[in-house]
Amino acid sequence: MLEVKDLHVSIHGKTILDGLSLAVKPGEVAAIMGPNGSGKSTLSYVIAGKPGYEVTSGEVLLDGENLLDLPADERARKGVFLAFQYPIEIPGVATMTFLKASLNAQRRGRGEADLTTPEFMRRVREASQRLKVDQEMLRRPLNVGFSGGEKKRIEILQMTLLNPRFAVLDETDSGLDIDALRIVSEGVNALRDPTRGFLVITHYQRLLDHIKPDVVHVMAKGRIVASGGPELALELEKNGYRDYAVEAA
Amino acid sequence: MAAVQETVDRVRAIDVDAYKYGFVSAIESDVAPKGLNEGIVRFISAKKEEPEWLLAWRLDAYRRWLTMEEPKWARVDYPPIDFQDLHYFAAPKNAAGPRSLDDVDPELLRVYEKLGIPLVEQEILAGVEKPRVAVDAVFDSVSVATTFKAELAKAGVIFCSFSEAVHNHPELVKRYLGTVVPSTDNYYATLNSAVFSDGSFVYVPEGVRCPMELSTYFRINEKNTGQFERTLIIAEKGAYVSYLEGCTAPKRDENQLHAAVVELVALDDAEIKYSTVQNWYPGDAEGRGGIYNFVTKRGDCRGARSKISWTQVETGSAITWKYPSCILRGESSRGEFYSIAISNGRQQVDSGTKMIHLGRNTTSRIISKGVSAGRSQNTYRGQVSAHRLATGARNFTNCDSLLIGSECGAHTVPYIEAKNASAVIEHEATTSKVSEEQLFYCQQRGLSAEEATALIVNGFVRDVLQQLPMEFAVEAQKLIAISLEGSVG
Ligand SMILES: Nc1ncnc2c1ncn2[C@@H]1O[C@H](COP(=O)(O)OP(=O)(O)OP(=O)(O)O)[C@@H](O)[C@H]1O
Ligand SMILES: [Mg+2]
Repeated sequence: MLEVKDLHVSIHGKTILDGLSLAVKPGEVAAIMGPNGSGKSTLSYVIAGKPGYEVTSGEVLLDGENLLDLPADERARKGVFLAFQYPIEIPGVATMTFLKASLNAQRRGRGEADLTTPEFMRRVREASQRLKVDQEMLRRPLNVGFSGGEKKRIEILQMTLLNPRFAVLDETDSGLDIDALRIVSEGVNALRDPTRGFLVITHYQRLLDHIKPDVVHVMAKGRIVASGGPELALELEKNGYRDYAVEAA
Repeated sequence: MAAVQETVDRVRAIDVDAYKYGFVSAIESDVAPKGLNEGIVRFISAKKEEPEWLLAWRLDAYRRWLTMEEPKWARVDYPPIDFQDLHYFAAPKNAAGPRSLDDVDPELLRVYEKLGIPLVEQEILAGVEKPRVAVDAVFDSVSVATTFKAELAKAGVIFCSFSEAVHNHPELVKRYLGTVVPSTDNYYATLNSAVFSDGSFVYVPEGVRCPMELSTYFRINEKNTGQFERTLIIAEKGAYVSYLEGCTAPKRDENQLHAAVVELVALDDAEIKYSTVQNWYPGDAEGRGGIYNFVTKRGDCRGARSKISWTQVETGSAITWKYPSCILRGESSRGEFYSIAISNGRQQVDSGTKMIHLGRNTTSRIISKGVSAGRSQNTYRGQVSAHRLATGARNFTNCDSLLIGSECGAHTVPYIEAKNASAVIEHEATTSKVSEEQLFYCQQRGLSAEEATALIVNGFVRDVLQQLPMEFAVEAQKLIAISLEGSVG
């Protein structure tokens, strides 16, 4: 279970998260919606451990363990995964190489042996077929020259291989065409299971048509201003954020 | 792919002090008294029982050297070197003269084994066909063993120590020595000409493709000793050879001088591929100790359609001053320079190449990747010139720098000169940083900061790594990770 408790975060002295609390239970998919600049990506970065954010108070716990003291790579090895809103390019590093390096880094972190090459290849083939990712693309340097939609698919491919306990998907739907949205959503749904939690950040109902959330949170000005069931997203789609914090603040 | 994993393993395995070749071996040696004078030059020549003409050549160079001044134009900074405070000759005892592997001091064999350079000819792993590499091992001032000699000789290839070549193939040495790097060339090359001790000699006869990789492994062991090796490689018409040089030295608080000269000669349609994995002791994090690497390397594409290609992976040395160059004399000859220069700690690198286009339709290609970390300074200095008669000459240069952290420096100093209108010279340069974003992305996937840096750097240098012979590319990749140890975090 992931718990965020009364989190206050600032960057360069500017408050971005202002007393944010939420919990995602194992097996649950929680959606976060909220206007641009409300702090959704910031929340995802702070959960994942990106340096440069000042956490002035509050806690982030994974299964009761405080994540905030751990560097990003240790959090990753404990099962935290972030699908980036804007995936980063790593020139010269073949996607396949990157997948193997990260997978084995995590395995070693858990005291497991490296995967054998045939076993690794088998897993990659299976996951990439499911996500309709061309093998050719895996030979190209990671994210370099990939289209917006391709980058998002590769994020989900990585998630599939890394098999996290808790995943944040930050606007994974943006940039996806209609077919890709369905394929990627199926990829996410395939990973839904009673032990794994998801936090899905999105602006649009159409993603939630495919990935049915258990809970929807509305975020504004760095905090959760409303929470409800899937119907909340539909209501937002109709009325926008005018009933919420945009005025409230 | 596997190499990245191994890289990461290696990095993990090392402690704070990353240089793993820093041990000193207790090998008894014959050392010349400190200082440099005509007597020492004669001493070295006499030790090697050299012919009169060679002694004369050395003395000539020595006298010339006395009139010269140390070059000051490189972006490197070091206290004056006291040339009288060095030994100019050190040889392991019981290593007088070339001999068969069976006669080599077992202690020396153990040293090379520890360095990962087994001086053996048969493959130990049953059933696994590994690429074979012939090795010439130079320990301080002398060559202690050369493997696969007999087999190479069957193909007509001569691969032996320089001293041995002077005795057994004097006509070849006399014909080519100093014809690419004249003994008057520059301060360090002239010094080398006076006091050079040993090195490798390769001769590939007409039409012969050398049947295996050749390599020389240089080791400095003795204290306060300069190493001045000399390598000469000749590829006759239509010949091909690929040669690799590796080097390490113990950790010492004093700086040590290494001033080598390498001459390559390629005749019509010949090709020489020369690769270096330079891993001299770089000094500690505060800049104490380390090798001063002042090296002159030049290839002469003497014949039509000949080709010389330099590939270097430079990770060691406190100071690197090195510009492997090509003289493109033969019509349609080609020069290539692929370089990875990594600097960390207080290392100073001033390296690059010269492509001198003299013949018609000559082409050259320069790909340089500089990686600076810590408080190091890394300069690419390159010259491309097209002579009046070099019509149709073409050069392409790509020079990329990568910075890790904010206390290091990267500099690019190109000199371009075209004396005929038909020459086409292209130059591209970029400077980038290992960004926080990239590091975080990799760490989010479970890689440690160090693993992430190694991965990003390996990606950055990939184009050049691909130029190295396969088995060395893996080695180089590991070395890159090791030399970046401590650069993040
Ligand atoms: N490094 C930074 N320096 C200064 N301000 C920042 C920085 N990072 C984020 N912010 C600010 O913090 C606020 C929240 O940004 P964040 O990216 O978390 O929003 P978001 O909810 O993800 O928006 P979007 O829906 O557009 O993706 C914004 O006002 C943004 O400009
Ligand atoms: Mg965002």
